[in-house]
Amino acid sequence: MNLFDIIGPVMIGPSSSHTAGACRLGLLAAAILGQKPVKADILLHGSFARTYKGHGTDRALAAGLMGWAPDDVRIPQALSIAGKEGYGFTFRPGDLGDMVHPNTASFHLTGADGGTCDVIGSSIGGGQVKVTSIDGFAVELTGVLPVLLIPHRDQPGVIALVSSILAMHQVNIASMRVFRNNKGGLATMVLECDETVAPDVVHQLERLDPVRTVRFVNRVA
Amino acid sequence: MRLDKLSWAEFVREAEKQRTGLFDCLLNHEAAQLEMDKAAVLARLSSLLDIMEESARYGLTGVRSNSGLTGGSAKKMAEAFADAEKAESLALLGPLASDAVLYATAVAECNAAMGRIVAAPTAGASGIVPGVLLALKKHYNLGRAALAEGLMVAGVIGEVIADRATLAGATGGCQAECGSGAAMAAGAAVYLLGGDGRQIDTAVSIVFKNVLGLVCDPVAGLVEVPCIKRNAGCTVQALLAAQMALLGITSFIPADEAIDAMERVGRSLPHGLRETAEGGMATTPTAQAWAKKYFGK
Repeated sequence: MNLFDIIGPVMIGPSSSHTAGACRLGLLAAAILGQKPVKADILLHGSFARTYKGHGTDRALAAGLMGWAPDDVRIPQALSIAGKEGYGFTFRPGDLGDMVHPNTASFHLTGADGGTCDVIGSSIGGGQVKVTSIDGFAVELTGVLPVLLIPHRDQPGVIALVSSILAMHQVNIASMRVFRNNKGGLATMVLECDETVAPDVVHQLERLDPVRTVRFVNRVA
Repeated sequence: MRLDKLSWAEFVREAEKQRTGLFDCLLNHEAAQLEMDKAAVLARLSSLLDIMEESARYGLTGVRSNSGLTGGSAKKMAEAFADAEKAESLALLGPLASDAVLYATAVAECNAAMGRIVAAPTAGASGIVPGVLLALKKHYNLGRAALAEGLMVAGVIGEVIADRATLAGATGGCQAECGSGAAMAAGAAVYLLGGDGRQIDTAVSIVFKNVLGLVCDPVAGLVEVPCIKRNAGCTVQALLAAQMALLGITSFIPADEAIDAMERVGRSLPHGLRETAEGGMATTPTAQAWAKKYFGK
């Protein structure tokens, strides 16, 4: 933790995990969808489910989905503003099981173009968040660094192809994880980068034969 | 990967060795770590002080929380002290401590009412550092540059605590949140009133002696009861520790070891007393009846 993690962040109260973290989780979920989420059905688990009303967790999540930062003074009015601006956000308490972090939300998001995305993420303390699942795939995303999510066919050489394109464009990889369903099946690469990845680089990656699609998720406030 | 834990005593030794003065030693360390200009570090701290002042002002307007459980105490105290007769007879703590309590309550009530705050070290304990700093500003006529220096000293103490122990109530109880806020504020107060690194060490140690074991037991899991009163109370702990240290009293236990003791106590606190709302004030009949009504269960 650095000085400004201790004296900071600047945020809307009352709780770094239930309010600031919830807002960042909304921001990250919207970034993963890659467009404005006009509709969101959100299931709240654990402490989120029990205390969301008092902590304003629903308002903070809505604020994040609309792209507001955790220190936006409009957060207390986020739900009424979302209603007025035509967003369809619904919240319900639920139970994702004992093994799931107590401050967790599960989002079913729909974008303006009808595209959908399922995201599960947790607020893990001090305003930090971790997305653990995207469309049913296990991942680990914190929103601290820009991320490339690349579902691809599990075969030799894909990592080399992807990393050589990034190297050509001077994008440094900070961390990398690969998950797969089964050998030779569908795998997902999660690359945390030090730099933003330009759209033309994303297109180049998408044109690689074993790559199914590429999702670029920028860092969040 | 750094192997040694951060240590307050090490900062003091380093400053004495370099003959630079403690503050310059700390600022050099922070600027290097943040890869920022020293002036930029201080400018950012100064802007955070602006936000702290705004939070106190907002709290003093008498805001109430969403739940309706808390709010309006800071305004009530300010109004009482505006009456010279009441201030004379009821300011039992004296003017400085009374103001620290007032500002800390204002910021904590701002936080509970979804106002904007600086989490320092956390949102739940965000009243203590501004409470003490704003009271010192008023009574010692301190300028913005001095206050930013004090805030940095508080921040470095927080870093040492985060590294050796924890600042999270869910991990270490309220001693880790409000207790750490008090240790940070005490260190800042000693610095601003001319104390040296060893006196800051003493003040941090005295705070932890007095808050050790403080549990985190929020009623209905909300950052309101008893959190707001603990913010108020911890400003007094901070001022008490700073005063003793400035008067030359020493503490037998060094700050680093007191922080380590806090960490061990935190680990041995039962789950129910670490922010779960399953113990302490949260399980009193009054708290449970209110929670039942509020959550409609």
